[in-house]
Amino acid sequence: MTTTTMAPIPVAPPTVRKRRSTPAETGWRTLRMVLLVTFAALILMPIYVVLVTSFKSPADFRVTEAWNIPDRLSFTGWRAAWDALAPALARSMVMATAAAVISSILGSMNGFVFAKWRFPGSSVIFTMFLFGMFIPYQAVMIPLQQIMIAMNSSALFMSGIPTLIVVHVIYGIPICTLIFRNYYATAVPTDIIEAARVDGAGMLRTYWSIVLPISAPAFVVTLIWQFTSAWNDFLFALFLTDRNTGPVTFALQELASAQNPDYSRMMAGVLVASLPTLLVYIFLGRYFVRGLMSGSVK
Amino acid sequence: MRFKTLVAVGMAGLLALTACGGGETTDDATGAPGSGQGTTSEGQDGGAGGEVGVFTWWAEGSEKAGLEALQAEFEKNYPNDTFINLAVAGGAGSNAKAKLEADLQNNNPPDSFQGHAGAELYDYIVADQLEPVNDVIDGLGGTDVFPENLLNLLTVDGNIYSVPSNVHRSNVVWVNPAVLDEGGVSHDAPADLDAWLADMETLKGAGVETPLAVGTAPWTQLHLFESVLLAELGTDEYNALFTDGDWGADGVRSAIDKYAQLLSYANTGGADDWPQATDMVIDGNAAYNVMGDWAVAQFAQRDKQEGTDYLYWPTPGTDGTFLFLADSFTLPKGAKNPEGAKDWLNTVGSAEGQLAFNLAKGSIPARTDVAPDEFPPYQQSAMESFKNDAFASSIAHGAAVQMAWSADISTAISKFWTDKDADSFHEGLKQAAESNR
Amino acid sequence: MWKKWQGFWLVLPSIVLVLVFVYGLIAQTFATSMAPLTRRTFAGNEQVVSPGGFDNYAQLLADERYQRALWNLLVLTIVFVGGTMLFGMLWALLLEKGVTAEGFFRSVYLFPMAVSFIASGTVWKWLLSPGIGDHEAIGLNRLFIMFGLPELQSRWWSDPGPFNMAAMAMPAVWQLAGYVMALFLAGFRGISEDQREAARVDGASEWRIYRHVLFPQLSPIALSALIIIGHMSMKTFDLIYAIAGQNNYVADVPATLMWVQLFSQRNAPVAAANATILLLIVALVVIPYLIYTNRTEKGGR
Repeated sequence: MTTTTMAPIPVAPPTVRKRRSTPAETGWRTLRMVLLVTFAALILMPIYVVLVTSFKSPADFRVTEAWNIPDRLSFTGWRAAWDALAPALARSMVMATAAAVISSILGSMNGFVFAKWRFPGSSVIFTMFLFGMFIPYQAVMIPLQQIMIAMNSSALFMSGIPTLIVVHVIYGIPICTLIFRNYYATAVPTDIIEAARVDGAGMLRTYWSIVLPISAPAFVVTLIWQFTSAWNDFLFALFLTDRNTGPVTFALQELASAQNPDYSRMMAGVLVASLPTLLVYIFLGRYFVRGLMSGSVK
Repeated sequence: MRFKTLVAVGMAGLLALTACGGGETTDDATGAPGSGQGTTSEGQDGGAGGEVGVFTWWAEGSEKAGLEALQAEFEKNYPNDTFINLAVAGGAGSNAKAKLEADLQNNNPPDSFQGHAGAELYDYIVADQLEPVNDVIDGLGGTDVFPENLLNLLTVDGNIYSVPSNVHRSNVVWVNPAVLDEGGVSHDAPADLDAWLADMETLKGAGVETPLAVGTAPWTQLHLFESVLLAELGTDEYNALFTDGDWGADGVRSAIDKYAQLLSYANTGGADDWPQATDMVIDGNAAYNVMGDWAVAQFAQRDKQEGTDYLYWPTPGTDGTFLFLADSFTLPKGAKNPEGAKDWLNTVGSAEGQLAFNLAKGSIPARTDVAPDEFPPYQQSAMESFKNDAFASSIAHGAAVQMAWSADISTAISKFWTDKDADSFHEGLKQAAESNR
Repeated sequence: MWKKWQGFWLVLPSIVLVLVFVYGLIAQTFATSMAPLTRRTFAGNEQVVSPGGFDNYAQLLADERYQRALWNLLVLTIVFVGGTMLFGMLWALLLEKGVTAEGFFRSVYLFPMAVSFIASGTVWKWLLSPGIGDHEAIGLNRLFIMFGLPELQSRWWSDPGPFNMAAMAMPAVWQLAGYVMALFLAGFRGISEDQREAARVDGASEWRIYRHVLFPQLSPIALSALIIIGHMSMKTFDLIYAIAGQNNYVADVPATLMWVQLFSQRNAPVAAANATILLLIVALVVIPYLIYTNRTEKGGR
């Protein structure tokens, strides 16, 4: 689980100040740029290897020359990786999307209650939820596996992806609840809720017609969040699925642990398997950040 | 809609709970033994039909080629059946075994899976995860066609639980003669480990940086170690280690010391698994590699000629003993298509199947009635040794020890690879025997 | 009365799921960890694999491999947490006042977080390949040779020394330092410019502004980052599985060893005991933090 338990990431645009710079400041600014570029280069180094290797033909590839630029472009690796991963990729897409949608809906209802429609003991229950966010899943894995075996043998259609959806929804409840609770606590004025209550609106009406319509920013956050962590999960996939029903992390691990590794296929596979989450971050990252800003910064 | 989802999820949870209370997996009526007697005897009637999922760790190279040859034979004999290849990649099956374990526990067994003949299958038998296949073996010809001592290894309480497909030899050194020439070392097999170590010293002096190639995967190290152990102890004392022999014996200790000396001539990385280690010999980066005889296919694949490009000997000090391992196929309890699985087992055990499979995989048939003259020279020599040599069972490949024991030995060997602490290695081996024997 | 409990009914399904699947299963794991286990061996003996009760825990704690795994976890966690905090803070400091192409740098530093540990582990397995010397070196070691710095070559995570897991923390830091940066950056941006200006007017140097105005306000963020990264480190499984393989003595941590115990050693009680101890370690860190944040939140209201 790479990311399940990460808290919101608010990043505001920089404040631009215009002042005349002294030589010391110019020197500092140059040094800063040099450092930033150096670090960026270090961060991108693994990506460089992945890219050049993925475009080498398996016949041209020599491990000792892996850092060199390919002599000629070959798409053999990409094609082989796509062939090997495509079915698992489709399964991951279904799994991560469903898990993200369902746990967001549950999180929204829970968050609403914990923020605006409390009941006696709700803060204790909320803290209990939060602890669930931090547990190492090893501590539930043995009985969880047995439960899922039993469930799958009496309901075969549940095996594989549906099992993973159930699991990701359940263990996604804490983080989604937290995000929605924090969002509602600040974004929904208690006055409006009170006014609705005075007008005789019940809990469900209030949730449906007042709270839900302004929940989009928090939904963006939890959807992206849950999608990414379900997509990137390997532990649950390893314990609860097999090669024919597992998600793309499972298929990639198998591709990578082959005895006679085909490096171009492997590296292309890394990119194929990571592309959806990378695209989510590149194209939706801004909404993600904006959603967080509007809600949870205190 | 939302609430329906909610209810569905809640129901799944409750369902899970009640199912959990039920405990053990249910016995599937279709898996009852003896229900398929009609189809077991050379039933060339087109097969039982349906999909037959076969789990192996033969996903690469010659192993894959062997499996494909077997699949072709199967599809020819049983056109009604559809072969589903469930091969999983992983070094000598060490990853695959863990995965299979999970699948069996998941009550999602393949219709048949590959297992090393011998102690390794015992775990599955005790766990009641396998069906006996006596009827299949008898239909194939029983002891008339399979060596008796091999069948004995597969028999537990009077029942046979798997059909052997092939036999491999573990104690083989693969040699690059061109590298030997660099140091002026003779092409003949050294008489014992000490002579071999002396040759390595000569090679190192002549500028060969790593005379010996070994993989970083723990099982490839165990593979080397079992040869050394056999060389130091001799066949009888080695075989006794798995029943009542003394792991504290001086012979075991001197094997550890010899093994440590061998490693000092070996690479420390650069080869994850056996194919890369064997490639080091093929490419002239190392002179020797101790590997099972599946390596012969790696040489063939790279168009190398026996005698000029590569040589092979029994590991020095083990000449006259066949350190063996055998692959075999099983019928798991709860298999979805047990009749189809028996069609598969009949293919695996047939003379034609064994010929096609072993020619491609580079192993030798488990059946004794397959003519050797169709095989390449290496296999012919191995078939000859299999007939005449003494037998010892491989540790690294599940013939000698149960999985838990092998896991403990792997821990000790992988620790030794890192810390080179001979005392603690020896202690680890003694403890492993104590808690698993 | 009904009104008061309305919210409860809406949350009830989630409460049941969390109670059953988090707390119920933890209880069941604990029960498994107390169970005895015997096994019939090939030689025909009955071997007591796990004695049952708290003896299972005693046996686990006495196991040298488990001790090594705990030590590895400690080294991994210290380097992982230290590395992410260090680089996260450094990058946030470099970026916080706004620089040309800030968006680009931010994305570059942050993107590894979107990648799964399995995918990055596949790449890092190769980068951290332990072969040394011209005919063995690949990955980073090869790069060092190419740049004429062969003395930098290392056996990385398979080094025999006690601190080999520091190398395993490298990919983890690579992956999550950007996340810590984003947290700190948000913290810096959350502090109003007025406070800095006020300090400047008072004649404070830039360093003193950071030291006395900005850093103190970042300490709650630093604490959350510490907890989040720390507990992730304790749960590390995928990365090690991808880099070192599923059964590798040198790179064991409790989370990976548990897989080996369960499937290779076929010893569910010991695996469950291992998982229970891991949970306890995480709880020791997280529960005080939850109580602390709960309290400060209430105080702030």
